Amino acid sequence: MIPISWYLIVGAVLFLIGVLGFFIKRNIIALLLSVEIMLNAVNLTFVAFSSQHGQISGQIFVFFVLVVAAAEAAVGLALVIAMFRNRESLNVDRSNLLKW
Amino acid sequence: MIDYLTSSDFLWTVIKVVVIFGAVMNVVGLLSWVERKMMARVQMRPGPTRVGPFGLFQPLADLIKFLFKEDVIPLNANKFLYIIAPLVSLVPAFLTFAVVPFGPSFQVADLSVGLLFVFALTSLGVYGIALGGWASNSKYPLMGAMRSAAQMISYELSLTLSVVGVLLIANTLSLRELVVSQESTWFGFIPKWNIFLQPVAFMVYVISGTAETNRLPFDLAESEQELVAGWHTEYSSMKFLMFMMAEYANMIAVSALATILFLGGWNGPMFGPALLQMVLPTFWFVLKIGFFIFFYVLLRSTIPRFRYDQLMKFGWKVLLPLSLANILVTSFIVAIS
Amino acid sequence: MVQILFFFFAALAVGAAINVLAQKHVLYSALSLILMLTAMSVLFVLLRADFIAMINVIVYAGAIMVLFTFVIMLLNIPRDEDGADRLRWLKFIGIPLGLFFLFLIVATLWNVDPVRLAQPELVGSPQAIGRSLFTDYLLPFEATSLLILIALMGAVVFAKKDL
Repeated sequence: MIPISWYLIVGAVLFLIGVLGFFIKRNIIALLLSVEIMLNAVNLTFVAFSSQHGQISGQIFVFFVLVVAAAEAAVGLALVIAMFRNRESLNVDRSNLLKW
Repeated sequence: MIDYLTSSDFLWTVIKVVVIFGAVMNVVGLLSWVERKMMARVQMRPGPTRVGPFGLFQPLADLIKFLFKEDVIPLNANKFLYIIAPLVSLVPAFLTFAVVPFGPSFQVADLSVGLLFVFALTSLGVYGIALGGWASNSKYPLMGAMRSAAQMISYELSLTLSVVGVLLIANTLSLRELVVSQESTWFGFIPKWNIFLQPVAFMVYVISGTAETNRLPFDLAESEQELVAGWHTEYSSMKFLMFMMAEYANMIAVSALATILFLGGWNGPMFGPALLQMVLPTFWFVLKIGFFIFFYVLLRSTIPRFRYDQLMKFGWKVLLPLSLANILVTSFIVAIS
Repeated sequence: MVQILFFFFAALAVGAAINVLAQKHVLYSALSLILMLTAMSVLFVLLRADFIAMINVIVYAGAIMVLFTFVIMLLNIPRDEDGADRLRWLKFIGIPLGLFFLFLIVATLWNVDPVRLAQPELVGSPQAIGRSLFTDYLLPFEATSLLILIALMGAVVFAKKDL
């Protein structure tokens, strides 16, 4: 069998990759994809802990995280489409009208 | 691990995988012959007759033709996606057969969530079409691919929701248990199939299954008259063959699932000596799948196709509320009894 | 056997996640993410959460990523026009800081009580999840349906050309 810390470490590494992607990438859709990577890493951690303690609540929370990720992806992409129509570019640095 | 790899369990699984894979490959070829012959008969012409008796070797001739055709890749096409799109279409279609129970002991893997596995593979099959159309870098494939992908994800909803009525009755997601739950009979001779308990769900499932596999009357996205050939316009030789195989395999998978869910799977009258009884369940299963395939080819030969907006309207405004109403009524009846 | 599967699919998931960052064209990133989702699904199955594994593929890889793929294909985004000439230094600070963060997390988690995984008295079977979802967690369940309705309306309003 596999000790629980291995799953947690995989989750941590994936979360880190998501965070790095969120900092480094300039394309808005790539930012949304990095958020999805982070959410998935959290899902893995939830399921690992639910398996360790023998309770089902971890997996129920994964269910809710999935639902929220779906809703957020839908609205986020609608915003991306609206932004693209106005600016013809998906670079996050071009959306700096509120900067001083 | 070595003792698992050399155990009889593993060997038996490998044999089952090889047999099922080989059988499905052969049936896909045979299906193209059946389709051409039946469509020809409906249209009062002989169909393929030259290659072998009754034209039975026509699929073989087609295969040799496809192997020798020139493999064209369009100039500005996205090479990587263009080449993997047929694979992305083909692999989920064939993977479905890993959980289908062909007989009481003839199933590769009995997952406790077998039905969800099949639906997951159906969802993944959308990518093959979307990527294939986009990677071809051409107008008609892109339009056909987008339309086809939108159609597939719309009808996936009514497909999965129509099945929930059956799940409420059977209380399990495992395909083998679904078949086992339809074993007995009422009054001694009417089999306890779910088609009698859930007729509305059956009709919604069959229609959604036809739309899901892009068959007539729902094949506007790949028709000749409207969109040249839809998403596989720019494909030739082996890649085109892989798309066609994926479509036929999807059709067989949808038919197999329909028999498991609604027609009782491998249940059927048992008779004869013990050796015959070992083969008889698989025979009944294949017979029922054959009935569905016959129905699909007949549908293709006789009914005109839907216009695209009629298609989407039908999926969202008619089938989805119908399957939801079916769930409501079924859960009400199950709750009070 | 389980260990080989775990290592292979964990490596696949991490590799696919790194590929999401490394690709210039955002469509390849989305496809790498789909690969990562299916690898995570296998990891869920190894943790005996079959229902969540299948739901991950159906909802995440089969619906959300289709949405991403459609948007990317229909917006016809050119190759990544990095504004990266102004922010090239971000890569050189970000990655070492990230590795330090990783070291902190791993050092913390290494001291987690190394309990072997619970033997399968908990299986994430649909029955168990359904029982819990409809009794203990009924209120969040109904609230998420409201959330999805609001997200649906919001997405339609944002993406329309004219109200």
